[in-house]
Amino acid sequence: MSDSVMRTAGRSPDERAGRLSEIELSVNGRVRRLAVDPRTTLLDALRERLGLTGTKKGCDHGQCGACTVLVDGRRINSCLTLAVMHEGDEVVTIEGLGAPDDLHPMQRAFVERDGFQCGYCTPGQICSAVGMLSEVAAGWPSHATAAADAVAQRIALTDEEIRERLSGNICRCAAYPHIVAAVRSVAEGDAG
Amino acid sequence: MRAFTYERATDARAAVAAVSEPGAKFISGGTNLLDLMKLDIEQPSHLVDISRLPLRNIEDLRDGGLRIGAQAANSDVAADARVRTRYPVLSQALLSGASGQLRNKASTGGNLMQRTRCPYFYDTAAACNKRRPGAGCAAIGGFNRIHAILGAGDSCIATHPSDMAVAMTALGARITLLDTDQSVRHVDIADFYRLPGDTPHRETVLRPGEMITDVVLPPPPPGRQLYRKVRDRASYEFALVSVASVLSVKQDTVRAARVAFGGVAAKPWRSVEAEAALIGRPATMATYRDAARAALRNAIGRGHNDFKIELAERTLCRTLAHLAAAS
Ligand SMILES: Cc1cc2nc3c(=O)[nH]c(=O)nc-3n(C[C@H](O)[C@H](O)[C@H](O)COP(=O)(O)OP(=O)(O)OC[C@H]3O[C@@H](n4cnc5c(N)ncnc54)[C@H](O)[C@@H]3O)c2cc1C
Ligand code: SF4
Ligand code: FES
Ligand code: FES
Repeated sequence: MSDSVMRTAGRSPDERAGRLSEIELSVNGRVRRLAVDPRTTLLDALRERLGLTGTKKGCDHGQCGACTVLVDGRRINSCLTLAVMHEGDEVVTIEGLGAPDDLHPMQRAFVERDGFQCGYCTPGQICSAVGMLSEVAAGWPSHATAAADAVAQRIALTDEEIRERLSGNICRCAAYPHIVAAVRSVAEGDAG
Repeated sequence: MRAFTYERATDARAAVAAVSEPGAKFISGGTNLLDLMKLDIEQPSHLVDISRLPLRNIEDLRDGGLRIGAQAANSDVAADARVRTRYPVLSQALLSGASGQLRNKASTGGNLMQRTRCPYFYDTAAACNKRRPGAGCAAIGGFNRIHAILGAGDSCIATHPSDMAVAMTALGARITLLDTDQSVRHVDIADFYRLPGDTPHRETVLRPGEMITDVVLPPPPPGRQLYRKVRDRASYEFALVSVASVLSVKQDTVRAARVAFGGVAAKPWRSVEAEAALIGRPATMATYRDAARAALRNAIGRGHNDFKIELAERTLCRTLAHLAAAS
């Protein structure tokens, strides 16, 4: 986005109100240009402007994780961030992880292990789990990591670790045991 | 959400200049501000995006301390090897807060500035002096289970929800502020937050337009460190009560101690009373109980939150016992 579009300071509030901002970002590997009201969350931009309805809106307040996507490789809640803040970023949604005929290992594991019932939380669970495994690979500790291991940067991905690290994804169908099994199978490399 | 205009700041000086407009606010991770804007509790007319400012670094200081940039994400600070080894209480506090997704967005500056989770503050139909000065406080006499037991007044009994700030308080952190006239000042975290008094809407000593640029941790105090958080569910939940403590025990005697509580007041609550009751005394449960009683001596329950007084005492005793056992 050019600076002149972004830097609206100095104009009167009346002139500025309702002005659309143009943004360019990469979504699932494709560059997308959009003119958005600055109020548009990344979640609404994905669902309503780009037709990527795989990403779900559960609470719209950061409390459920249904809206989880990967931005520059990190998992975030797309409901608590503005689309205009993602100029130039690389966004990956559940649609970008894999397709029905070419599933991502995590998607396949959720199918094979029955990691869902209604499926509403599932895209968020899967994006979150993918982001989480790269955090583990980077040696990030969690609240479930023993103090000594946290210092030594040794992460054993126990079920307790998986549960803690995925606590930001609520499943109202309580498919948790199968979600943990699916994630564990990918972490152990027997689902790919 | 109300309409606002948006601009992305390219450097810190431009950011403070841009936010000096009336109605303008900084946005970092957005995880607290956007939540509150959706509910019409925050109503900025202009947002200055500071999330891309070059303030993400975590740097060693010559004196053995650490400088954490205001834009460093909570997850990056928690995972930093120096924080994990030298300031484990800070890593633990961060990891006990929010969720993996939120920590990836939440910034150090935004975490310090996050607002209370008082349900009446969140309910625009309720009376709240913090939202509308003079309107009254629905929590006093209302359902006040999560509210303050220390330092509160008749105008507001809200707590500060941050875990990170409690650890930083125990560590004696200093906050660096950049003013709109480009001047820089340093404020001890102990002096950064205000108690409610008659002006609960004024939560910190930050001047209008001032920006947090970094947090400086002095060299780690002697002793072992621990953050213990007690909450209604095991994860992804704010603290009812938390304790950040640093304890040094030699020959069964406490040599040095730091104690800070979360979930009990409008600010992270450093208890110099508890620290004084510990230092030089035998490292025994009797000492910890004395320290806990000293810390909570002036606590006042409001009905639903009466349990927090005993909970805070017990949480401190457990934390100290754990630290002493590890020494
Ligand atoms: C569901 C949920 C659960 C949570 N659980 C916890 C928890 O258990 N423990 C916990 O501690 N927190 C918890 N949080 C809160 C979370 O830690 C905060 O939302 C986050 O730290 C705010 O950081 P941010 O960068 O997103 O701030 P923003 O939302 O961008 O900003 C918050 C405020 O800070 C101001 N601000 C931001 N940066 C600066 C700066 N550099 N200088 C001056 N002002 C600034 C903004 O103007 C705004 O007023 C939770 C949040 C959610 C949504
Ligand atoms: S406790 Fe404070 S924030 Fe809560 S309703 Fe009362 S004045 Fe508002
Ligand atoms: S929709 Fe974003 S966390 Fe619930
Ligand atoms: S499968 Fe229904 S909410 Fe998780």
